[in-house]
Amino acid sequence: MTPVLPDGPLIDEAVGRLVRPYTVSDGRTRATSHFTLVTVVRATGAQTHGAFGLDHAQVLALCERPVSVAEVAARMQVPAAVVKVLLSDLAEGGAVVAGDAPPPAPGHSARPDRDLLEAVRDGLLKRL
Amino acid sequence: MASSNDCDPLPVKVLPVGIKVLIAGGFGVGKTTFVNALSEIEPLSTEEILTAVSAATDRLDGVENKATTTVALDFGRITLSPSHVLYLFGTPGQERFWFMWDELSEGALGAVVLADTRRLEHSFAAVDFFERRGIPFVVAVNEFDGAHRYRAEEVRTALDLRQEVPVVLCDARVQSAGIRVLLELIQYLLTTRSSHGSDTDRLLRA
Repeated sequence: MTPVLPDGPLIDEAVGRLVRPYTVSDGRTRATSHFTLVTVVRATGAQTHGAFGLDHAQVLALCERPVSVAEVAARMQVPAAVVKVLLSDLAEGGAVVAGDAPPPAPGHSARPDRDLLEAVRDGLLKRL
Repeated sequence: MASSNDCDPLPVKVLPVGIKVLIAGGFGVGKTTFVNALSEIEPLSTEEILTAVSAATDRLDGVENKATTTVALDFGRITLSPSHVLYLFGTPGQERFWFMWDELSEGALGAVVLADTRRLEHSFAAVDFFERRGIPFVVAVNEFDGAHRYRAEEVRTALDLRQEVPVVLCDARVQSAGIRVLLELIQYLLTTRSSHGSDTDRLLRA
């Protein structure tokens, strides 16, 4: 069960700069959908086709209601990168859907959407 | 990722957008307390395994060093509406984890830098990080019991902050105080946004 490091750069477009084969994801590290820590996912209830294992089932059970990638990872007690791979498998099979990412972030050349900021502000005000 | 399915999936409602705000500041400045007070769930911890090119050491030989580190990220959740959920991520406090702030700050709306007036220097690094990357932030002075009280302006001067960066006083243990800090950040984002479309840099350096 010795992890084998890939020869190429340890960078993955989808997963981020963290590449190490994981047993739980059969050594696969490429997440085919773009999941971030705060991407909200939810099981669709569709029957899964692929040969999914217990870990996939655990992810599915955790996202019966909308939940973030970070929460799934925390509750499974595995690194978020692993959860992203499992979610990608499930999303490909139609068993999971992912919510939209927020618009481009500040500090990365674009400003967040005014509607988004106002929605956040209004939501916070209700909490006061 | 929709694929045609023969078995009827549940009707897929629009999922909420997850929004990320970073809670930064030096070690022991009250980040965990701040997140705990605000989160509607028991704060959780997730691990990220990150590979980073080491920036701080051994640059003379021209060889990039790669470091792989597992970092635990503590986070909390605030459901704002059926369509927006805010996640607060505490940045790791130790200096050796700063390399990963880049990844953590990707997609973040902005940041709160917590400061403890007894150890203001512990927050210099966070301020510097967000300034350099043009990530909007507010400074929240955590008024610990027994902490020396300073005025916001004194803190601004001590941290050498630009005039437009909001400085607010708060008690990290109190939920409403935390909400007000987040509101300050959002207001700041709204203001800087309306002042000038997307040219953040120009605005921040003006």
